[in-house]
Amino acid sequence: MTAIDPTAHLTAEQIEELGRELDAIRDEVIASRGEKDAAYIRKVISAQRKLELASRGILLFSLFPPAWIIGTAGLSVAKIMDNMEIGHNVLHGQWDWMRDPKIHSTTWEWDHVSPADQWKHSHNELHHTYTNVIGKDNDLGYGIMRVDEDQKWHPIYLAQPLWNFINACFFEYGIAAYDLELGKNLHKRRRNNPEFRARARAVGRKIRKQVLKDYVIHPLLSGPSFLTTLAATFTANLVRNLWSHSVIMCGHFPEGVQTFERRSIKGETRGQWYLRQMMGSANISGSKAMHFMSGNLSHQIEHHLFPDLPSNRYAEVAVKVRALFDKYELEYVTGPLPKQVFSAWRKVFRLSLPNKKVKTPDRERELIAA
Amino acid sequence: MTSAALRSRAWKLLELVTTPLLPADYLDLVSPLRAGADLRGRIEAVHPETPDAATIVIRPGRGWRGHVAGQYIRIGVDVDGVRLWRAYSVTSPTNRADGRITITVKAIPDGKVSNHMVRKLKPGTVVHLDQACGDFVLPPAKPAKVLYLTAGSGITPVMGMLRDTEFDDVVMVHSAPRKEDVIFRNDLHDLVADEKLRLVELHTDTDGMLDIARLEELVPDWADRETWACGPAGLLDTAEEHWTRHGKAGRLHTERFRPTVVVAGEGGEVTFSTTGKTVDADGATPLLNVGEEAGVLMPSGCRMGICFGCVTPLKAGAVRDLRTGEITEAEPGVLIQTCVSAAAGPCDIER
Repeated sequence: MTAIDPTAHLTAEQIEELGRELDAIRDEVIASRGEKDAAYIRKVISAQRKLELASRGILLFSLFPPAWIIGTAGLSVAKIMDNMEIGHNVLHGQWDWMRDPKIHSTTWEWDHVSPADQWKHSHNELHHTYTNVIGKDNDLGYGIMRVDEDQKWHPIYLAQPLWNFINACFFEYGIAAYDLELGKNLHKRRRNNPEFRARARAVGRKIRKQVLKDYVIHPLLSGPSFLTTLAATFTANLVRNLWSHSVIMCGHFPEGVQTFERRSIKGETRGQWYLRQMMGSANISGSKAMHFMSGNLSHQIEHHLFPDLPSNRYAEVAVKVRALFDKYELEYVTGPLPKQVFSAWRKVFRLSLPNKKVKTPDRERELIAA
Repeated sequence: MTSAALRSRAWKLLELVTTPLLPADYLDLVSPLRAGADLRGRIEAVHPETPDAATIVIRPGRGWRGHVAGQYIRIGVDVDGVRLWRAYSVTSPTNRADGRITITVKAIPDGKVSNHMVRKLKPGTVVHLDQACGDFVLPPAKPAKVLYLTAGSGITPVMGMLRDTEFDDVVMVHSAPRKEDVIFRNDLHDLVADEKLRLVELHTDTDGMLDIARLEELVPDWADRETWACGPAGLLDTAEEHWTRHGKAGRLHTERFRPTVVVAGEGGEVTFSTTGKTVDADGATPLLNVGEEAGVLMPSGCRMGICFGCVTPLKAGAVRDLRTGEITEAEPGVLIQTCVSAAAGPCDIER
C-alpha cells in the first residue's frame, strides 16, 4: 500500500504473460526432479540426526567448558536444520512427490512447540495464500505489531520494538500462539469452543514433550552436569529462535517490500497472484552455508512463487526469476543478512511512532523515481 | 520387574529423549534391517537371466517371516526418487541356506519398476518389503503327479515351487517367444538331465500359441495331474475353461499377474468410496469441487495447489494435474492434491 504502485507500468496482458513464464520455470523443475534431489534431502536428514545425537552426547559432559561450547553449538545448528531446511520444507509438501511415508507433509513432526498440523494450516494455507495482505496474513506483524503506515497508530505500538525482541527470543512459542490465533480465540465467547480447546490441548501436549526433553530428561541424564546441560539446551533453543526470527523477518519486512489491501486480491488471476508474491517478499544474499542455514528461505521470493518445489532447487530457479524481474522492470529486493535485519528492525522502530508529516525515506525515493 | 517390562520402560524413556522423532528413526540410520524395524531388504546381487529378465538376490530384514513356495512379495523401490511398489513371485526355495530370497523380474515395455530393477538396480540398495502372501502354493500333502502349465514370466512362482519341493512325476509345459526368452532355461534343462522333470518347451514365435487341445497329445494324463498354471490371461482363461469342461476344475490352480492397465482419459466417473457417492466429472473440474458439489466432506485449503491441505488417497484410476497435465495413477499410498487434480478416466477417491 505504498503511495505509488511499483507494478503500475504492467498491462493486464503482461501480467498474465509473466504468469505463464513462471509456470514454465516451475514445470522445468518438476520434470527434472529425481534421484539426486531425493538423495539430497535424505543426506540432510541423516546429517541432522547424527549431529543432534552427537551434540546431546557431548553435552552429557557439559561441566567441561569445551564440551559445553561444542555441544551447544552443535545442538543449535541441529535445531536450526530441523526447523528450517528440513521441517519447514517437508511440511510444505516439497518432498511429498517421493512417496516416502517417512518424509511426508502428512506424517512429519518437528522440534518445535507448535504441532505440525496447526502450523501447516496457518503457514501454508493462510500466510502463503494471502501473503502480505493486511488483516488476512497473520505473519505480518503477528497481529501484535504495526507494519504499515496505513495502519492506525495507537500508543500501545510504542512498545512494539520490545514485543518484537521478546517474540524473537521465544519465537517458537510466539508461533504456537498465533497458530492458535490466541488473540482472537481468547475472547470470552470463543474460549469455550471445543475445536479451539482441542487445539490448545494439542499445543499443551507438544510443549510438555519439548520441555521435558530439553529441560528435564536431558539435564537429568547429564548427572553432575545437570545445570550446565540445562543452560546449553536453553541456549540452543534461544539461538534457534533468534536465528529463525531474523531470517523470517527478512522475508517480508525489509524496506521495499509491498503490502496489499484486502480488496486488492478480489478476483485475483494466477498472474496477479504471482506478482503479489514477487512484490511481497525479499531475499537474503550470501554464501551456500547461509542459504542452507536459512532453509533456503533466503530465496524467499522463489519460495513464495513456488512453495512446493524442493528447497535445493531454489538457487537455480532464482537466476531465472531474477531475469524476469529485470525483464518486467520490477525491483528484486535482496541484500546481505545484516543489512536486511537492520532494515526490518528500522521499520519496526519507525512504525512504533505515529506517521511523520514529512515524507518517509521510502516515499521520497519513489517520488524521485517517479 | 520382568525384563520385558524393564525394556519397555527403557524404551519409553528413550522416546522422551528423541521426541518428536522415535528411537527407530535414529536406529534406521545405522541398522535398517534390524529386528523390529519396518520390513526392508538389501539388494545383494542382480543376475541377468535373459536379455530382459534378471534375478535379484535380497537379504531380508530380521523381521522376515519366510514364505511358502509359490507366494509373492510386494517390494517398494525408489525409481527416480519416487517410491513405487510392485509384486513379484519369490523364486528361491524356502530352505535356502543363507536366508536370502530371490525374485525374478522381466522388464516389460514402458514398465518403470521392472526396467529399473533389471537394468539399474545396484547391489547395496535398501528396498522396502511386505511379508510374503498369495494362495498359489503347494499343498502340505504331496500329490502323486504334477503338471506346471506356464508362459513367459508366469514361470517365476513355479520355479519357486520346482526348487522347493521334489515330486516323483513332474511335467512342465512352458511357452516363451524364443529360446533365448526362456527364463531359467539352464536350470530347467539341468533338472531334465537329472530326470527330475519332463519339459515341454514351446517357442511361440515359431510354433505359435499353445492350442489347449494339444494338451491331450503333449501330456496324455493331464487330467490326473494336480496342475498349477501361471501366465497371460489368455492362457489361464482357456485353461480354466478346458479343465472345467472336463469336470476337473478342482485340480487346476491358477495365478494371475494383474498389471493394472489404466487408460487415462478426459474426465470420468468419480467414486468417493468412503461416502459411497459416485458422480460424473469432466476433465477440467478439480476433484475438490466435484466432491464438494456432491456433498462429500472434502478437506481443503488454498485451492490453488500450494498448501497440501487437501491431499487425499487415490484408491483407483488416474487423475491429471491441471497445472502440468501430468497423470498420476493409483497405487497404495498415493495421495493427490484434489484442488488441482481432475479425473483422467474413472477414479476412486478415499473420502
